[in-house]
Amino acid sequence: MADPTRPLPNLRDLDTQAFWLATKEKRLIYQQCADCGAVVFYPRRRCSSCLSANLEWKESAGEGTVYTYSIVRQSYHPFFRSMAPYAVAWIDLDEGPRLVSNVVGIDDHSSVRIGMRVKVRWEEHEALCVPLFEPA
Amino acid sequence: MVAQARDAAIVGIHEFPSRDVEGALSPLQIKAECAARALEDAGLRLGDVDAIYDAGDGGGMAGLNIAEYFGLKPKVIDTTGVGGSSYEFHAAHAKRDLAAGKARVALLTYGSTAHSNAQAIGVGGRGGGGHPADNMDSFAGMTLVANYAMVAQRHRFDYGTTSEQLAEISVATRYHAMRNPEAVKAMEDLEFLDIRETTVADVVGSRMIADPLHLLECCMISDGGGAVVIAAADVARDCAKPPVWLLGAGEATAYPENGGDITTSAAAQSGPVAFGEAGVRPDEIDIAMIYDSFSITVLTILEDLGFCAKGEGGAWVSGGRLRFDRPNDGPALNTDGGGLSSNHPGMRGIFLLIEAARQLRGESCSQVEGARLAVAHGNGGMLGSRHCAGTIILGRD
Repeated sequence: MADPTRPLPNLRDLDTQAFWLATKEKRLIYQQCADCGAVVFYPRRRCSSCLSANLEWKESAGEGTVYTYSIVRQSYHPFFRSMAPYAVAWIDLDEGPRLVSNVVGIDDHSSVRIGMRVKVRWEEHEALCVPLFEPA
Repeated sequence: MVAQARDAAIVGIHEFPSRDVEGALSPLQIKAECAARALEDAGLRLGDVDAIYDAGDGGGMAGLNIAEYFGLKPKVIDTTGVGGSSYEFHAAHAKRDLAAGKARVALLTYGSTAHSNAQAIGVGGRGGGGHPADNMDSFAGMTLVANYAMVAQRHRFDYGTTSEQLAEISVATRYHAMRNPEAVKAMEDLEFLDIRETTVADVVGSRMIADPLHLLECCMISDGGGAVVIAAADVARDCAKPPVWLLGAGEATAYPENGGDITTSAAAQSGPVAFGEAGVRPDEIDIAMIYDSFSITVLTILEDLGFCAKGEGGAWVSGGRLRFDRPNDGPALNTDGGGLSSNHPGMRGIFLLIEAARQLRGESCSQVEGARLAVAHGNGGMLGSRHCAGTIILGRD
């Protein structure tokens, strides 16, 4: 039996498609409203602050801070069960978006900290890349 | 202080006794059993019901399915589905609908076979479903427990809250569960190990599921169900049991926001609305029925409802303060044993209303002497990301 694989996003989802297609080129993009300036994340059709259609795509430098995290020790998903324990975190990118990802590239999970500086590390898949984060 | 409007009251309740139906009953059958018993409790008949409220689990057209299965042709049908807060939303809507004269007797129904179906509610990943938010984070393996653990971790960081303080919530809840024969039977049927009152040391010594949440800070996964009958004032005064008035109601949502504070839940919005409508202060509340999916859910909500200041919950719950036999120290918490130790089939919001009603009737296994005011607060969805909150203030004559 093949090793379990990471569940990947649906590239046909109409709101998040552009985000995931950009990851193929290892670009981490987000929306900003040209009218009110709000950073919109997750991506959507209209601004979540003023409902303007005038949303522009911006590119993040891929650096940020751990806002909060947990070390997952039990999961029923075959891939994540094989990964456990692993760190899942909310990451505040320096440009404003807050996203969910894993903190990787650490020897010991007890070294993950709130406020820790992290940078993106791309995990390559066939049609896209997944943005994981490692200590900066 | 505003005048309290006593326009709708809980008059009938029933909690399905079994937490393990071994696949022999469907959710719809559990709902029918509970509806019959709750109407009997109220001294009302099926034909009196002219409004139905159900969280819509069991597929589309839920309002139609319930009406046909029960043989009802109701005037009001509400299938608001907001997870564990659904039945607080339903109580809020029933109060509004009855006060407006749209109906006279409302029936709220819930049934679930989550245990028989072996649903991994807490440790399964989130499905990569149709919502764009799910499509952004399903790759990261955020389990439901981890979602709540994120709140606990940030609460510890911001306020110095400890695992020992969070454990107080589990300990108080189990203390109440051990006095409730249905809760003890539930723990036996679900094969809990070492069924007894617990200590803080027991909780922090139990297995870590998602740091910093331990096994004994996580709710059970059971079968179950319940029904609540809510009647307009003139009907309520003629029912078999004393009315338990719905004095105030609040509804709210919360979701991830860039730069937002994860340690404050939607209760901070729904609570003041409900308390304001009821003309009641948190320090007057005798019974706090708070959705205890996890220890951190209760701590966060107690703060957000105003029982103590944000960040002070850890110290506030310490020393056994939440037990039913400490009435001078503030409200008793989850006197039925809660989702942690009595009943959690996935959406336990209806049980919060049921136990609040028992307390105000004087029927609880952990009865607070002379209890006059209760709050039932349901949290649906996920505390650490997107959730709904429904707050109901209840009082007796």
